[in-house]
Amino acid sequence: MSLTRRIMLRTAGAALGGALAFASTSAFAQGAGTIKVGVLHSLSGTMAISETTLKDVMLMLIEEQNKKGGLLGKKLEPVVVDPASNWPLFAEKARELISKDKVSATFGCWTSVSRKSVLPVFEELNSILFYPVQYEGEESSKNIFYTGAAPNQQAIPAVDYLMASEKVQRWVLAGTDYVYPRTTNKILEAYLKAKGVKQEDIMINYTPFGHSDWQTIVADIKKFGSAGKKTAVVSTINGDANVPFYKELGNAGVKATDIPVVAFSVGEEELAGIDTKPLVGHLAAWNYFQSVDNADNKAFIEKWKTFTKNPKRVTNDPMEAHVIGFNMWVKAVEKAGTTDTEAVLDAMIGVSVPNLTGGYSTMMPNHHITKPVLIGEVQADGQFNTVWQTSGLVVGDEWSDYLEGSKDMISDWRKPLSCGNFNVKTGKCGGAGK
Amino acid sequence: MNMPSRPRALPLETKAKSLTETLSVLAAAFFLLMLALIAAPHARAQGGFDVIIGLTTDKFPDTERALNELPGAGLATAPDIVEALVANRLYLNGPARKLYFADEAGKMFDAATGESADVMASALKKVRINNAVRRSLDAARGALTLMSPDPAKRKAAADSVFKSRDATALPLLEAALAKETVSANRKILEEARAAIVAGDSGANEVQRLEAIDILKSRGDQDAVSVLTTIASWSEGRVKAAADSASSVIQAKLALWRNVQNIWYGLSLGSVLLLAAIGLAITFGVMGIINMAHGEMVMLGAYTTFAVQEWARTSHPGLLNYSLFIAIPLAFLVTAAVGILIERVVIRFLYGRPLETLLATFGISLILQQAVRTIFGANNREVSAPSFMAGSFDFGSLQIGYGRMWIIVFALAVFFALQFVLRATSFGLRMRAVTQNRRMASSMGIDTNRIDAMAFGLGSGIAGMAGVALSQIDNVSPNLGQSYIIDSFMVVVFGGVGNLWGTLLGALTLGVANKFLEPIAGAVLGKILLLVFIILFIQKRPRGLFALKGRAVEA
Repeated sequence: MSLTRRIMLRTAGAALGGALAFASTSAFAQGAGTIKVGVLHSLSGTMAISETTLKDVMLMLIEEQNKKGGLLGKKLEPVVVDPASNWPLFAEKARELISKDKVSATFGCWTSVSRKSVLPVFEELNSILFYPVQYEGEESSKNIFYTGAAPNQQAIPAVDYLMASEKVQRWVLAGTDYVYPRTTNKILEAYLKAKGVKQEDIMINYTPFGHSDWQTIVADIKKFGSAGKKTAVVSTINGDANVPFYKELGNAGVKATDIPVVAFSVGEEELAGIDTKPLVGHLAAWNYFQSVDNADNKAFIEKWKTFTKNPKRVTNDPMEAHVIGFNMWVKAVEKAGTTDTEAVLDAMIGVSVPNLTGGYSTMMPNHHITKPVLIGEVQADGQFNTVWQTSGLVVGDEWSDYLEGSKDMISDWRKPLSCGNFNVKTGKCGGAGK
Repeated sequence: MNMPSRPRALPLETKAKSLTETLSVLAAAFFLLMLALIAAPHARAQGGFDVIIGLTTDKFPDTERALNELPGAGLATAPDIVEALVANRLYLNGPARKLYFADEAGKMFDAATGESADVMASALKKVRINNAVRRSLDAARGALTLMSPDPAKRKAAADSVFKSRDATALPLLEAALAKETVSANRKILEEARAAIVAGDSGANEVQRLEAIDILKSRGDQDAVSVLTTIASWSEGRVKAAADSASSVIQAKLALWRNVQNIWYGLSLGSVLLLAAIGLAITFGVMGIINMAHGEMVMLGAYTTFAVQEWARTSHPGLLNYSLFIAIPLAFLVTAAVGILIERVVIRFLYGRPLETLLATFGISLILQQAVRTIFGANNREVSAPSFMAGSFDFGSLQIGYGRMWIIVFALAVFFALQFVLRATSFGLRMRAVTQNRRMASSMGIDTNRIDAMAFGLGSGIAGMAGVALSQIDNVSPNLGQSYIIDSFMVVVFGGVGNLWGTLLGALTLGVANKFLEPIAGAVLGKILLLVFIILFIQKRPRGLFALKGRAVEA
């Protein structure tokens, strides 16, 4: 129904974004003695709520690197553009960053649809993108490094935790109606069935973007949960719809001790807009929480608060992914001795940098990284209390082992295989290689 | 404890072996004695499990077990331990196996003895909680507060015992039941006892059947939950009784679900009404396609946020009543912005709908980005005042206070607006201008001024809607976007230029949506509704209530 409105929004947003981008690029245009880094995050429109933070963290990382003397003896120069939450504009802006600004690497995107929109551009112009958000998998590109979680680094461990620790037998898979929740839920449904959960014990529910009236759905969940079996909700509800959803859960008296909700898109930033007291005990699965107690993380939080001049600013998982991605890129460029795409692509694989949870993350040949998986419970202060974590690091699995058609596929970007969808059964590359 | 490693069976060493064994047994006995001495003041539950030690291992399963045993352990400090854990004020010293709780002032006490202790909270670890622990905590708290002098606390305690169905709480429950005088509390206590007895395979069949009858008369979703659990593992008559009881309740609840849908529909309808009613003035009465209407709602929500921030920092006592300050203030702020927009932009565009649409659309983007720059892109937290939090039960229907007050507020705004339009001279002039501008002008009405005032009125009402919506939706720069299309839909469906049409349109769409949603799902439900409106507009292009006569052409 809001289609026309959306289209108009995009067009107008595009104009606005264009103007902003022009202003920012010209402001930064300096000499040739710099290495340019593209920052492709929405600063206006619906996704600004999440992506603005990531732009800020990139600026902080670049500033810090410059203080350390830059990279290969040159200063780093951020090129910030605003794709204005408009998916086709993401592709245009990406093209502009690569061909006009000649950036060496780009850090950007949040939604899967924006990543899908820029993917052909990065492949065509052979440039590098770091994508910092958890996503549905089922993709591997030579030019993209996925520093967020694949489903096996977030969704599956979360379900395992609920099965083992909360003895959950009935599952509500609730999500916003778009590609990430649909694919994740498909994987989860297959996984649950493989674990012996019956069809009648799985309820799948989709809602439109920005859904705000949750009364019926919460009542349905309550009813579904009173069948005498322990029930949990696995939520892939995105962005803005979460606040009214959690408010309604609180109003309806659904407590975490009765029906826990585990969310994959709710982090510290999202909780900052909610009164979390009624939500205490609901869960989230991530690879990082601000509450993780170690020296590296404390130092990072301190730097972030100083940089943003806001003692209340929180940190979150996609920010950590950018920290890891940026440090990996710096290391790979140093190793390669150049910012040339091919050389850096080769150098990236196997690069290992400290993450903020007290371990090391390594770039694997499938362009995904190793991460620990943490399950946290919401606390009254809006932070998460880690109640469980994987004993070791989990390697991101781009092609799910639980989906027909993708379980035989692997991705390995090392030469000579260099293929994003190699079928181990047929021994053939599906064409995503070069 | 380490067992000394046994030498492999060489005959010569048998003596030595028996000696080591004796020694190790002695050592074990000594160790246990020491342990008993150390733990002497501690409460010891069955099986030799020590509650205090269980709480100091910093492991969730131990904490959970300790809490399960706590009510029966006869520890004098048990209520303090539970309250401290609830308030996150329970501390442990792992190596020394000592447990401390702090009171509200931060003074520390030894949890085993209840005596004040000379330790620093910062040097200790807090006892951690997860959901399993929280459940045990609720149960323990329930069992321990069953005898509380406060009837409301006793009720909460009985509720949590009903939920936990913890058989160890049964003696406490019986004792509480014997003393309880408030009949509503008695009922819950009896139901809690029934839930325990019905699920106790050791109890005799007659008692269990009686218990099932009590649960049946409770007749809500929780009772169904208990009954289906019992039916799933019981046999014979108990299973049959539980099954039939739960199906009787289910049938009753299915009827209530229709009532629930109507209520939810009215609630959604009231939100739609609030969002649309300002538009009914600017679009419906004045004929301006105002795409920035949603942003007026958003500004109203941000005004609420600003008022709450002000109350929080300088007048904490007013926080609970901040909405009452926010309502008139939001009206004034958005009305002022509305009048400004009308004077600066819209008045040059009367009679040019396409240009108005584009101009107001531009304004909406400017306002959004302005708010994003001032307040940041993140959601802002607007807290609910105490009278809007929580819910009450009406039959099997759970009614949230927040939703209920929003319905009341929407109707109040509607009738206030009707009053302004019908019974004040400003309303009269406004209607005159919208019906026949030139005639009104020649009667001496300043049409320019009336236009600005009317637009301000519509915008101000949108701002008041924003105050209400801040309670149920995100306070973010995008707040208005999600309501603009729905608002136009309501006004067009209800009939342009007719406030009663807007009221009926909003409520009809709300209720229809809520009846479609369980059948078709939220996504398809909304599409079906849109298709219905398209068809309806084909049949009745002027909506539910069309204006008749000469006014139509104005």
